[in-house]
Amino acid sequence: MSTSGSENHTNYLNDGYGVKSWLLTTDHKRIAILYMISITLFFMIGGFFALVIRLTLLSPNGTLVSADTYNKMFTMHGVTMIFFFLIPSIPAVLGNFLVPMMIGARDLAFPKLNLLSWYIYVLGGIFTLSAMVLGGVDTGWTFYTPLSSGYSHTNVVPTVIGVFIVGFSSILTGLNFIVTIHKMRAPGLTWFRLPLFIWAHYATSVIQVLGTPVIAVTLALVGFERITGVGIFDPNIGGDPILFQHLFWFYSHPAVYIMVLPSMGIVSEVVTCFSQRKLFGYRQMAFASMAIAVFGFLVWGHHMFVSGQSVYAGMAFSALSFLVAIPSAVKVFNWTATLYKGTIRFNTPMLYAFGFIGLFTIGGLTGIVLATLPVDVHVHDTYFVIAHFHYIMVGGAVMGYMAGLHFWWPKITGKLYPEGLAKFSALTLFVGFNLTFFPQFILGYLGMPRRYHIYPPEFQVLNVLSTAGASILGLGYIIPFFYFMWSLRKGKVAGNNPWNAKGLEWLTTSPPPTFNFDKTPVVTEEAYAYPEEDLVGG
Amino acid sequence: MFNIPFFPTEASTTASRIDLLFFALMGIIMLFTALIFVGVIFFSIRYRRGSRASRKGATSENLKLELAWTIIPLCITMGIFIWASKLYFDMHVPPKNAMDVYVVGKQWMWYIQHPEGNREINTLHVPLGKPVRLIMTSQDVIHDFFIPAFRVKQDVIPGRYTTEWFQATKLGEYHLFCAQYCGTGHAQMVGKVIVMQPWEYEQWLAGKSSGVTMSSSGEQLFTQFGCVTCHRSDNTGRGPTLVGLFGKKVLLQTGQTVVADMDYIRESILDPRAKVVATYQPIMPTFKSQIDQAQLMQLIEYVKSLGGSQSASKGNKK
Amino acid sequence: MDNEQLTHETRSFVAHQFDDLEQQKEAGTLGMWAFLATEILFFGGMFMAYLVYRFSYPQVFAAASQYMDVVLGGVNTGVLLVSSLTMALAVHAAQEGNRKQIITFLIITMIFGAIFLVIKGVEYHHKFVEHLVPGYNFQYEGAEPGKSEIYFILYFVMTGFHALHLIIGIVVLTVIAIMTARGRFTKEYYTPVEISGLYWHFIDIVWIFLYPLLYLIHVHK
Repeated sequence: MSTSGSENHTNYLNDGYGVKSWLLTTDHKRIAILYMISITLFFMIGGFFALVIRLTLLSPNGTLVSADTYNKMFTMHGVTMIFFFLIPSIPAVLGNFLVPMMIGARDLAFPKLNLLSWYIYVLGGIFTLSAMVLGGVDTGWTFYTPLSSGYSHTNVVPTVIGVFIVGFSSILTGLNFIVTIHKMRAPGLTWFRLPLFIWAHYATSVIQVLGTPVIAVTLALVGFERITGVGIFDPNIGGDPILFQHLFWFYSHPAVYIMVLPSMGIVSEVVTCFSQRKLFGYRQMAFASMAIAVFGFLVWGHHMFVSGQSVYAGMAFSALSFLVAIPSAVKVFNWTATLYKGTIRFNTPMLYAFGFIGLFTIGGLTGIVLATLPVDVHVHDTYFVIAHFHYIMVGGAVMGYMAGLHFWWPKITGKLYPEGLAKFSALTLFVGFNLTFFPQFILGYLGMPRRYHIYPPEFQVLNVLSTAGASILGLGYIIPFFYFMWSLRKGKVAGNNPWNAKGLEWLTTSPPPTFNFDKTPVVTEEAYAYPEEDLVGG
Repeated sequence: MFNIPFFPTEASTTASRIDLLFFALMGIIMLFTALIFVGVIFFSIRYRRGSRASRKGATSENLKLELAWTIIPLCITMGIFIWASKLYFDMHVPPKNAMDVYVVGKQWMWYIQHPEGNREINTLHVPLGKPVRLIMTSQDVIHDFFIPAFRVKQDVIPGRYTTEWFQATKLGEYHLFCAQYCGTGHAQMVGKVIVMQPWEYEQWLAGKSSGVTMSSSGEQLFTQFGCVTCHRSDNTGRGPTLVGLFGKKVLLQTGQTVVADMDYIRESILDPRAKVVATYQPIMPTFKSQIDQAQLMQLIEYVKSLGGSQSASKGNKK
Repeated sequence: MDNEQLTHETRSFVAHQFDDLEQQKEAGTLGMWAFLATEILFFGGMFMAYLVYRFSYPQVFAAASQYMDVVLGGVNTGVLLVSSLTMALAVHAAQEGNRKQIITFLIITMIFGAIFLVIKGVEYHHKFVEHLVPGYNFQYEGAEPGKSEIYFILYFVMTGFHALHLIIGIVVLTVIAIMTARGRFTKEYYTPVEISGLYWHFIDIVWIFLYPLLYLIHVHK
């Protein structure tokens, strides 16, 4: 703590100022910042599409935009948010910044590859953005054949090329993490002393490395079919469009865990710090992360319960989907138990972590509803599904990202944000989120199908509620953007460890020096070794 | 405007069974959500910083607890799985006496044919209390035939037949939605399902009918395309006879056997050399470019009318 | 070379993020294995699609595979196997620290790779002449042209991606050869040579699967 406040210590931010020093950097922390800026940009673009969607749905007649425009809006909302925001969000920003620091390394194992992954991301982004600018794409982010391969008249090829390319950025990030976590841990940092954040990123990386190539080749086949006019998914020559769905979901279901596992890692860090308490059931938590990654690969068929796959395949996928819920439940129980007899502070990151736990619980349990075959038949492709996966992806993944951003912002920038305003916006987000998406559960069970820009009038009230919620939600995202910017110049100096947190990243200065540690730390204790003493009660 | 619906009408035999399962799930969800919410809120207040509550005996390991909250949810989910699987299975086996209605999805409308010859677009008339099986295919992309009030939904896929069945329990008009995104007019690919008293339905059939049943339309096509010259009513033609064929096992040139179901007949018309019957020559030309999905269904209905095993026609392949 | 000089020389190979050479070697090797896992899944997606159609349309695939040139494919299999041997010899030379031999074997390996590509090109040309290129000039004489077209799409996509990998492999080996010439590797540190070898062997193994699956279906029947 003694070195805190020194404005002049050399750190990664003042180690070179030119554009070149940023664009050619191999420092994982600077690359994390590059990623942060890029994904924020894509988040804003995706958010704009969401805005148009919600505004259109204010009226059952869909008068705001034409059917084609609306279809492009939800497609591009999905493509940007999933491939260009959610998947890279935590791993490429916070993971990139923190994985080496948390394990006491000077950098990732392959710093140049790390920079390359950012350039690949940008290249993929350029393809996809140009597809959007040139008129957009309207296949749905799922690119189901034969609609995408033979019937859509929009820019499918540049979009799938963009997604194909950005996949390799994700693969390289995952590969880098796997090697770094395996080979570059500080002396004394055994596997079961690793913070859960690292476990979560390890599990995530496995999915990225093993899952992403499958969607890459699948989309390549769709691109082939569009360019040549024939393809293996074309039913006219005996091809099977359902095979596309199998290959697509083989990646795209585990991709959900790419989004949510790192968030779970963040919640473990935040909950322990703000309870000043060791994580309850550390080993079970670590195993649960790996179990989610492994089982996550075996449940893709639950996206296809009404696709005409065999009844027995449906049952097998249903059973496996129930199984994957168990480790998630174990995690929620363990976080709750960590609070027991802790010393709890309600700082902003903790509020977001609470938000995560609550919303993820609802999202996860409604996932059980979707795994239940007959009920899924009714709610499949309705707003129930939309609500469910937004609870997981926004309520889970994004809440976790916000928790992490607030938790490590002082470390990343060396500055504190205004706590009161941050708490207010966390609350706004929570309220706005629920108002947006809870009505969609009801809409879904009533039978409102997804991807409809006009709908029967009896669904209007719930849709208006949802749009109202979305405006509050939007506010909840805009406020942090401004106070984070503000804090860069005017924020209070944070000090090395403003939260009194455990973990190697808090031992070094804020912002950290270019090589993270002046001396490689030696680890002698388990993760989250908060003092187990009776602070007040005695 | 202020008549906000919160729950969809139950208008089929499956609807109430699905809803019961759904309510059971809701109960479990509320229980667990409450457990977590109460736990989080209670602990955070009781153990807030500065509170006087004792922190003595805090542990971070408890194997029994871990096992309990692994095994109990596991048992609950497996219980649901068994319940759900039974129901799902029933939803895929139509009753023997189900009446067939044929559906073709295309961008962006539903084309429906009743075996009696009635045709309708974006509207489906069905009798109350009689099981109805829909035999569906798509002419272009994947669609999905979704009737929320009946709690049934099934993708409608080009290149193959899928089925769904229901038995309406309540008179009225219900929404029909396309639930699989199918391009520009996806949201307009909607219609209604009208449940009528059986006698009203008979009247409707008779009143709207062109007098030509699907199988007789199929018979006309059979003559028109010259099928009849080879596929005679006895085994004297250059092609195998189709009398009594439907649902029977057929021996192929390759030595394998297949069941002559709808998919087989469809494939044999569009792609005759895919599965050639033993002792016959692969001389039949394809009718791919001359025949549309609706006509195919008429031909199938005609082949069915020539007799065969009825049980096979009802038994779902799945 | 005395010991002190060696330590000094070795140190200059260690990138800043690593503690020592050992860690750097292990990281490089593990990184390549992880990358090969990605590659397996990349080809795995295509093999999955292949298997689905092969089991759905066994006769069609057997018939269509008769249009493959078993001899050229066989020669190519031999070419790649020999290139794997020369690649292994290059790695062996690297172990010995024999710079000249490394470069020689790398160049021979690349030449074999190029021969493979030329033969592959000849085969592609035959398909072009025989009007068997899907989506371009596909005119199939045999039964069931549609399903046969699926076979040919898979043939072109799978062998195409394989050839692309081979081209990347040749580029990688070129870089490694240049690095060798510049004296970037020693007896103690030659991990890049070794892991490029892993990549090259992987490309060969993919072909070992592709050849029987695409060329030898009817032979097997």
